[in-house]
Amino acid sequence: MNLDFSNDQKLLQDEASKFLIKEEALKASRAVMETKSNYDPELWQKIVQLGWTGIRIPEEFGGLGLGHLELCVIAEELGRQLAPVPFSSSVYLFTEALLEFASEEQKTQILPQLVSGEVVGTFAMAETAAAPTEQNLVVNYADGKLSGKKIAVPDAEVASHAIVVAKENNHATMCLVNLKDASVTVEKQNNIDESRGYFSIEFKNTPAEIIGDSGSGWLHAEKILNHAATLFAFEQIGGAQETLDMANAYAKERYAFGRPIGSFQAIKHKLADMYIALTLAKSNSYYAAWALSTDAAELPAAAATARVSATKAFQLCAQENIQTHGGNGFTWEYDCHLFYKRSKLLSLNLGSLASWKEKLIQSLEQANTQS
Amino acid sequence: MDFKDTPEEAKFRAKCRAWLEENAELKSAETNSTEKMNVGNESVLEKARVWQKKKYDAGWAMLHWPEEFGGIGASPIERIIWSEEESKFDVPRGIYEIGLGMAGPVLMEYATDEQKARYLPPMAEGKEIWCQLFSEPSAGSDVAGLRSKAVQDGDKWIVNGQKVWTSGAQFSDYGILVVRHDPSAAKHKGLTFFFVDMKSKGIEVKPIQQITGGSSFNEVYFNDVEIPDSHRLGEIGDGWKVAITTLMNERLAVGDANGVDAREAFELAKQQDDRGAPMIENQAVRESIADWYCEANGLKNTKLRTMSALSRGDTPGPEASITKVVSANKLQAIGNFGMDAADMAGMLMEKDQKTFEFQQAWMGAAGLRIAGGTDEILKNIIAERVLGLPQEARADKGLAFKDIPTGKN
Repeated sequence: MNLDFSNDQKLLQDEASKFLIKEEALKASRAVMETKSNYDPELWQKIVQLGWTGIRIPEEFGGLGLGHLELCVIAEELGRQLAPVPFSSSVYLFTEALLEFASEEQKTQILPQLVSGEVVGTFAMAETAAAPTEQNLVVNYADGKLSGKKIAVPDAEVASHAIVVAKENNHATMCLVNLKDASVTVEKQNNIDESRGYFSIEFKNTPAEIIGDSGSGWLHAEKILNHAATLFAFEQIGGAQETLDMANAYAKERYAFGRPIGSFQAIKHKLADMYIALTLAKSNSYYAAWALSTDAAELPAAAATARVSATKAFQLCAQENIQTHGGNGFTWEYDCHLFYKRSKLLSLNLGSLASWKEKLIQSLEQANTQS
Repeated sequence: MDFKDTPEEAKFRAKCRAWLEENAELKSAETNSTEKMNVGNESVLEKARVWQKKKYDAGWAMLHWPEEFGGIGASPIERIIWSEEESKFDVPRGIYEIGLGMAGPVLMEYATDEQKARYLPPMAEGKEIWCQLFSEPSAGSDVAGLRSKAVQDGDKWIVNGQKVWTSGAQFSDYGILVVRHDPSAAKHKGLTFFFVDMKSKGIEVKPIQQITGGSSFNEVYFNDVEIPDSHRLGEIGDGWKVAITTLMNERLAVGDANGVDAREAFELAKQQDDRGAPMIENQAVRESIADWYCEANGLKNTKLRTMSALSRGDTPGPEASITKVVSANKLQAIGNFGMDAADMAGMLMEKDQKTFEFQQAWMGAAGLRIAGGTDEILKNIIAERVLGLPQEARADKGLAFKDIPTGKN
């Protein structure tokens, strides 16, 4: 029985934590939020130099050739420090999609450039203010060209490439697009967490190549979303842990009515509830990490379970962290709001909580589940 | 990451399994749902005795105990493996839990060698049943506020007072007992710990009827009960220290709630008609079941993390402390759902209905949220022991026990 990370993986996590603290990733996140920038280029360069963008990329393509579990521990630390970099878009979504579905030729061409940082990727799915489905896609792929408009695409400005889920005839197809093509228009969209950049992308007869099987794009995308949900769950538990720690520290040093507020049961029980939600989320995320790393049949249910619990845990911890801080928690100066905003962003970036509960029930109905 | 046993664990599991297959029947669907509902019933008691004795003779009864007391010196992970395997068989469980789980460790730590040799083997064998006499009418969550009095008289003590919520007192041979020997000392300082022969003169046991109609616990009255000083465990005044080890054990280790879970709610919703369609097609129902499924698996995977640490020979983290508070609340919610699913008929209680086990869960969960540490006490423990938050300010701090304000009871 071993539902835990190895010593080497824990060591990697520790190094990641030290690196992000030394680089003041949280401060960088605030700086991005307060300026017009959409990510921190210096921090991103350093992350590329550490080889993190190539963690999962096989050595033959210049990567580190490590597994998903190594990626999970790094995700937890990135989530804890709110690192303002396009890592999740490029690694959890774009790279995962290529590793899973690209041809050898496509891999040979792009994977080495993801390792070197010359290529940064993202993933475009949403089109309107409604959950995307295979039926309601409008962005269209035909004869090697892509047309239409995607919204709420992360990191599209720094990204050189995107994987776009598009309609082809009456089905979906996953396409690879060079965003630097003259036919592409990328426009900034304001969002609730300005430490991360979100954009609309308009394609006008943009050259595109198919990734995976034509017409199987929806199934492909669902699989990639399950990968990403697991990895984002680790960012979420990282954020939940950090906000619980912040609330805990504050409850010990803040006095009211002559005693630390952490000695009042109202605060104790609030923090205990946060700990409970976090523990459930963490354990479910570990299980999803196992399912992801072994490509188990249980992955759809495991990823949805991790996603639902981690979304709930991070949102609860981030909101109750503000509540524990009282008025101070509502100020721009304190960091509480950075986590509050990120927790909401991460609760929607791969689809809403309700959508993932629905996916979970559907996977129970299909019965590939933990008994 | 993997869910495999190590080669040694696999070998041990095979050994457990082989013995169980020779000595018991595997569970069937019917045995699953009726289990635990009949604790206290004579025939169940007799079946439990027979099973306990069988286990004892083979070394499985208290497998982590040293051989001299009837164990086989098993490691924590081996205990879990045994328990996992045993739970797959249709055998009586639950009757010896308090004695073996709470009285056992206290005797092991505080009794003389002679007493250990006298009491531990029959406890493991199931020949003698033990109960726990801590709570009182005026001392529940604040159990150190107990008032039962012990007065020393030469080499014996005279005990007067009342205990309550004592599971199994009606069929117990011995009990572990905390009483107040000094009301002029501070609350936690005036307590002393004993074990007592339940057949002693002056002990009266009265069953308490629960909201389920059943009676698994009791009031226990002490009228001038004599206890020899040699039955004292720990020093005079160390009663709280001795008690707290068992309490922490009880509060943190009370496991997952038995009964209907997310899986049963899901199966019910698939079969249940909801205005002409299966209830599982109702969006609100889907979301609730998803939430319970996430909690159920969160607990299951938390247990797997704890086992992983034990398997490595490490001390597990504090994560298991969430188990009871999550599972008891989930049980109450799922019980409630199962009754609502039947609409007006959910009110009707008939044993052959599928609603019945949800009604049982709903009733039982109300007690489970209190037994062995209330939700509130468990959250205090998480806050103080896991998160390191300071204790609540206390109105009884520094006062002699007799000067502490009390309510009507």
